[in-house]
Amino acid sequence: MSGAPDVVFAGTDGGALTELAAYEAVGGLTALRRSRSMTPEELIAELDASSLRGRGGAFFPTGRKWSFVPKPEQNPRPHYLVVNADESEPGTFKDREIMLRVPFRFLEGCLIAARGIESTHVFVYIRGEYEREWEVLVSALEQMRAAELLGDVTIVLHRGAGAYICGEETALLESLEGKRGQPRTKPPFPAIAGLYASPTAVNNVESITTVTPIIEMGGAEYAKLGVEQSTGTRVFSLSGNVERPGNYELPHGFPLRDLIHEVGGGIAGGRTLKAVIPGGSSTPILTASEAEKVTLDFDSLSQAGSAIGSAAVIVLDDRCCMVQLAVRVSQFYEHESCGKCTPCRVGTRWLTHILKRIEAGNGTHADLDLLLDVGERINGTCLCPLGDSDAIAVASYVAKFRDEFLQHVEEAGCPFHGSSSLDGIVAPTDVHEAHHGPAEIRRPLEVVV
Amino acid sequence: MSSTIHDEIRRVTAEYPDPRSAILPALRLAQDAHGGWLPEVALREVAEALDVTPAYCLSIASFYDMFHVEPVGRRSVEVCTNVSCALSGAQQVLEALERELGVSVGETTADGSMTLRAVECLGGCGWATVVSIDNKHHLHVKAADVPRIVRELDE
Repeated sequence: MSGAPDVVFAGTDGGALTELAAYEAVGGLTALRRSRSMTPEELIAELDASSLRGRGGAFFPTGRKWSFVPKPEQNPRPHYLVVNADESEPGTFKDREIMLRVPFRFLEGCLIAARGIESTHVFVYIRGEYEREWEVLVSALEQMRAAELLGDVTIVLHRGAGAYICGEETALLESLEGKRGQPRTKPPFPAIAGLYASPTAVNNVESITTVTPIIEMGGAEYAKLGVEQSTGTRVFSLSGNVERPGNYELPHGFPLRDLIHEVGGGIAGGRTLKAVIPGGSSTPILTASEAEKVTLDFDSLSQAGSAIGSAAVIVLDDRCCMVQLAVRVSQFYEHESCGKCTPCRVGTRWLTHILKRIEAGNGTHADLDLLLDVGERINGTCLCPLGDSDAIAVASYVAKFRDEFLQHVEEAGCPFHGSSSLDGIVAPTDVHEAHHGPAEIRRPLEVVV
Repeated sequence: MSSTIHDEIRRVTAEYPDPRSAILPALRLAQDAHGGWLPEVALREVAEALDVTPAYCLSIASFYDMFHVEPVGRRSVEVCTNVSCALSGAQQVLEALERELGVSVGETTADGSMTLRAVECLGGCGWATVVSIDNKHHLHVKAADVPRIVRELDE
């Protein structure tokens, strides 16, 4: 793909490696064999040398995460490796392609990672809607078991049941313990008290799959790929108004402009680029001119006021109404709020409510500030960043496209007059309201002193 | 049928240090055995197999989108309407399905055979629009494909 080195998808030649023999024929299992002559400390040192950082969205250094897990002599409880395969951030569809096309590289990474944290129990928490991915992993795991490659490690493929919040690591652990998937208070962090209150490392599918080539080629070699602070390759999920959407493995530091215009074939139908959401729907939006300048790595996107997130690039052309976009994004977070923390449960609903009245032409100038005010009351006040994601995304649309929001207020309606590419889209929360009445929005009680 | 589910659930619990961890797979087994939703009797079966209360099972079932605690059609048709699918014509796909199936989104056909839903991101943004039929994902669906998809549903 555009001459870039394949690391995660190496040897696939555009296809899938779902038979163990085919995987071995392209050099598979080399890393697993090598890892068995390495100590956990040596494995962690390779990870540190690679500077691999978490591919789920938080970009936390993987080696450091493993090093936080106590040694068995420090904590004799069973140690667990939990793999987060609950991919649900809108725009993101990379982990499923990894599981479908390189299931053995992923499982090999699980075994190496388990050794790194001295665990013999691996749980893969796979998104409930991912049916075929689960079947492929079941088959791959069975082949590895039959070939006696698992050693003393047990890998359990656990299926979720539809809840975005379970992608948050402590909510995932709650769900895996058979509870409602609601985030926990931190600390304690999972490394100290995670699954069943035992030492636990939680890693994303792409991170774990990347462990395999890192042990194969060596951490220092891997670190030569990409850019400083953001080493290695990344599987970018490209979607929206581009000619060739799909997953593309590219080195970090790749220009966003080239991903859209060269790799992705440009804006669909020869239209004009309006904006880009660079790292999944929770990351701040970039205007077309900002998108021209950034490269796809942690530093460049942070400096541009956004984030690399889950590397899910959503491209929007000039037909997209930014208020409609804000409504739809906010509806998602409102729907997925687990309800545990009040600012998120109530705040996401308020954001949707205010945005809908702006879109309907009933908004006021004060509503723009109210959106930001509600957002500020969510930010940093909850156990997890779900509510923050809504607040930050909406605030970025208001900041970057303030004139378009003002136009809705001043013209008392949507300036697109029904021609926006998101016009009329029905969200699950709309269906719920149609059947159960509008969500109740209560004004806060006034305190009389 | 009930004792079969009980045995199946017990087999799944063996994979976990704590049997309660098997509640999602257990509810899935029960839902499949009861025509796609979880009536009270199904919750009682799961409760008994896992040694928890039926109310606890309901608290879990009502939290996750894939479980249904009210009657639904035997088959499910779901259209992702999140941003990337919406940009690729998800609303037109949804409306075509409404016309072909003769129901509004959120409703079940009169013969109880199908429920049509709008759902949040199914993780197929680059292959939009994604339509999930009985949890099998159909990719790149356009409104024009809907009559064929509905015909295949009837077969």
